[in-house]
Amino acid sequence: MNKILEKRVLTPGVVLMKIYAPRIAKKAEPGQFIIVMPSEKSERIPLTIADYEREEGGVTIIFQTVGATTMELGEMNVGDEVFAFTGPLGKASHTEGVKKVAVIGGGLGCAIAYPQAKKLHELGAEVDMIAGFRNKDIVILEEEMKNASTRLFIMTDDGSNGNKGFVTNKLEELLESGEKYDEVIAIGPLMMMKFVCKLTEKYGIKTVVSMNPIMIDGTGMCGGCRLTVGGETKFACVDGPDFDGHLVDFDEIIRRSGMYRAEEQKAREAHCNLMKMKEEA
Amino acid sequence: MADMTLKKYPMAEQAPEVRNKNFGEVALGYTAEEAVAEAKRCLNCKKPLCVQGCPVNVKIPEFIKLVAEGKFEEAYRKISETSSLPAVCGRVCPQERQCESKCIRGIKGEPVAIGRLERFCADYHMAHGKNEEIKIEKNGHKVAIVGAGPAGLTCAGDLAKLGYDVTVFEAFHVAGGVLMYGIPEFRLPKEIVQKEVENLRKLGVVIETNTVVGQAVAVDELLSEEGFEAVFIGTGAGLPMFMKIPGEGLSGVYSANEFLTRINLMKAYKEDYATPIKKHEKVAIVGGGNVAMDAARCAKRLGAEVYIVYRRGKEELPARAEEIHHAEEEGIIFKLLCNPVEILGDENGGVRAMRCVEMELGEPDASGRRRPIEKKGSDFILDVDSVIMALGTSPNPLIKNTTDGLEVNSRGCIVANDVGKTSKDGVYAGGDAVTGAATVILAMGAGKKAAAAIDEYIKSK
Repeated sequence: MNKILEKRVLTPGVVLMKIYAPRIAKKAEPGQFIIVMPSEKSERIPLTIADYEREEGGVTIIFQTVGATTMELGEMNVGDEVFAFTGPLGKASHTEGVKKVAVIGGGLGCAIAYPQAKKLHELGAEVDMIAGFRNKDIVILEEEMKNASTRLFIMTDDGSNGNKGFVTNKLEELLESGEKYDEVIAIGPLMMMKFVCKLTEKYGIKTVVSMNPIMIDGTGMCGGCRLTVGGETKFACVDGPDFDGHLVDFDEIIRRSGMYRAEEQKAREAHCNLMKMKEEA
Repeated sequence: MADMTLKKYPMAEQAPEVRNKNFGEVALGYTAEEAVAEAKRCLNCKKPLCVQGCPVNVKIPEFIKLVAEGKFEEAYRKISETSSLPAVCGRVCPQERQCESKCIRGIKGEPVAIGRLERFCADYHMAHGKNEEIKIEKNGHKVAIVGAGPAGLTCAGDLAKLGYDVTVFEAFHVAGGVLMYGIPEFRLPKEIVQKEVENLRKLGVVIETNTVVGQAVAVDELLSEEGFEAVFIGTGAGLPMFMKIPGEGLSGVYSANEFLTRINLMKAYKEDYATPIKKHEKVAIVGGGNVAMDAARCAKRLGAEVYIVYRRGKEELPARAEEIHHAEEEGIIFKLLCNPVEILGDENGGVRAMRCVEMELGEPDASGRRRPIEKKGSDFILDVDSVIMALGTSPNPLIKNTTDGLEVNSRGCIVANDVGKTSKDGVYAGGDAVTGAATVILAMGAGKKAAAAIDEYIKSK
C-alpha cells in the first residue's frame, strides 16, 4: 500500500523519501507529521511532513539515519512498501495573516521549516529564511529554500560557506538592523529553539517552535510526548506540534528527550551488527 | 441430574512464582473432561437469569447443555449467534458481576463457571473448528466503523452478518484496540485477538489500518464523499489523565497507556522488537483499577519490585477481585490508603522517589465510596525509580473537534441514546467514547445495539 515512490540521499546520512499515501497527501498541511514503521517489528517514529502532492498522492519525508528505525528505513528502496504510514497528525501550522516572518531552520529542521516557509511565501508573506548547518557539505534543500523565501541566509558553524555563525547571530543582526517581523518560526534542535526564543523574547516577537518529542501513537493516547507549556501539560501530538516558544519548558523537554539514549545506542549497535553480518554472509 | 458439587471445577494456572517472570497466559483453560464436568453443574433454568446478566445476551444454558453433551463445536456456534468475540469475552469479562452473578447455583456455593466454559468453546473451535464457507447475501449498503476495538468490531461483525459492506477505520497498524494495546498478553494472548479479527474478515469486513478518522478523513466526508450511509464511532477513551502533582514531567514517569502500549502493542519486552522499554528497579503504579493491575503485573515481569499506590482501602479497589488476587500472588506490594503528593527527581531528570501521605476513610462521597482524607503530617518517602499513572482516561477529542453537529457532554463523551444514536443523523456511537472508561463487554454490548439500530435506520430510509 505505502510504496516508496522516490528516494534521494541528500547528504551522507540524510535521506529524502516520497511515499505513496493518498489519504495523507490529500489532507496534509505544513507543520503536520506522520508516524512510520518500516517493518512489523520497528518502532513507531514521528517524522514531520516535508512536502506533499495532492494529485499524485505522494508524501515526502526527510530524515537522518541516526537510530535503528531510521537506519532501517534508509536501507529501503524505491518500490518497497513501508509497513505502516499514518497521518497527517497534529495541527497544521498557523499561516493566516502573517505579513513578514523570519523562518529559522537548524540542520534537519530545515526540512520541516521549508514547507512552512513555502506556504507563507505562497500566501504572499515576506519570508526571511535563516538556515543553519554545521558545515557547507551538509547543506540540504538550498534550491527549495531559496524559492520559498524572499531572502535566504545560510549559516555554518565552521564558516565553510563563508557565513560563519549560528542562526541566532544572523537573526540578532537582522533585528539590530531594524527588521521588524510579525512572527519568528524556529524549527531545529531543542537547544537552537531555546536560544532563538531567548533572543526573540528580548525583542518581544511572537515565536513559534515545532516540537518532536518521544511519541508512540501520535493521537493523544500514550502521553509520552507531553511537555509543559505555560505551566500546563500539553501533548505535542494533538495540541501541537507547534507551540508558543516563549511558554515552552525547554529544560524539561531536553531532559525527557534523552530518556532512551542508552537503549537507542544499544539498538543502533545491534542494527549495525546485523547489517555487517548480512554483508559478510 | 445436574452435578451438585458446590464449587467450580478449578482451572489450571501457571504457578505465581513462575508466571511473574514470563508473559505466557496465566490461566490455562479447561480440558474437555473438566469442561463437560463443569457444564453438568448447570441446572438449565427455564428462565435463565444469567442471559439477562450478559450485555450481548449469549444463549448461556443452551451452549452449556451442548458442552455437557460433548458437542463443543455446536456450543461454539451457539455462542457465536450473539457474540462476535467469544475467545476474548471468556477471558476478560467480569463474569462475577454479570452472568455468573445471576446464576442460581451461586446462592449456595459457586455459580457455574460460564466464562471458563465460553473460553473453552472458543479455544476448541480455534484448535479444531473447520473453516466453513460463510455465504452472506450482500444488501448493497455501506457502513463505516471508526475504531477497531471491542465496540467497533462487534458492530462490524453484526452488520456484516446482515449483509452490509462494512469498512472499519483503525488508527493503529493492527486491529483490536484496547485488546491489543491495553490488556497484556498473559491475560489475553494477542494471537487470539488476531484470530477473532480474522474471523470478521472472513465475514467480509474490510479493515483499513493506519487511518486516523478526524485527521486523514472526517466523519462528514465518509458520509458525503465516500458513500457510507451510516457511521459508528467506537473510538474508546484513550486520553490518559495525570495527577497534576510536581514531578510528573520527569523521565521515568509514564501513563499506564504508554507503558502498556510499549509492552503489549509494540512488544518492547521481546528482543527482536525495536521499541525500547526502561528496566526500572522499583516501580510505583498509582491507581487501583484493572489497568493498574495490568501495569503492575507487567512491571513485575520486567523484573521490578512493584507497588500499587491507592488512596482508598482494599474494599474500594475498583479492579476485579481475580486481578487483585493474581497481583497479590505474583508479589505486588499494595500500599493502600496512600496518596502521592510529589515525585522527586535525581540529577539526570529521572525519578528518585515519591513523596506520599497516608489517608483515612471518611463519609461516603458522591460515588458511594468512603471519601479518602489526608492524615496531617503523615508524609513519607517511597523509594522508587519509576512512577506509572493509572488514573483513568477520557475520550479522545479528534472526532468531536472535526465533526459538525456531534454533541458531547462536559466530560467530552459523545452523547448517544441507549441504541447509540447521536445528535447527528446517520452517526451512531458506543463503548468508552460514550460512557468514558468502562469494560470490554459493555463496549461490545453497545456495538451490538448500535448495529441493530443502524440496520433499522438504513432500511427505513
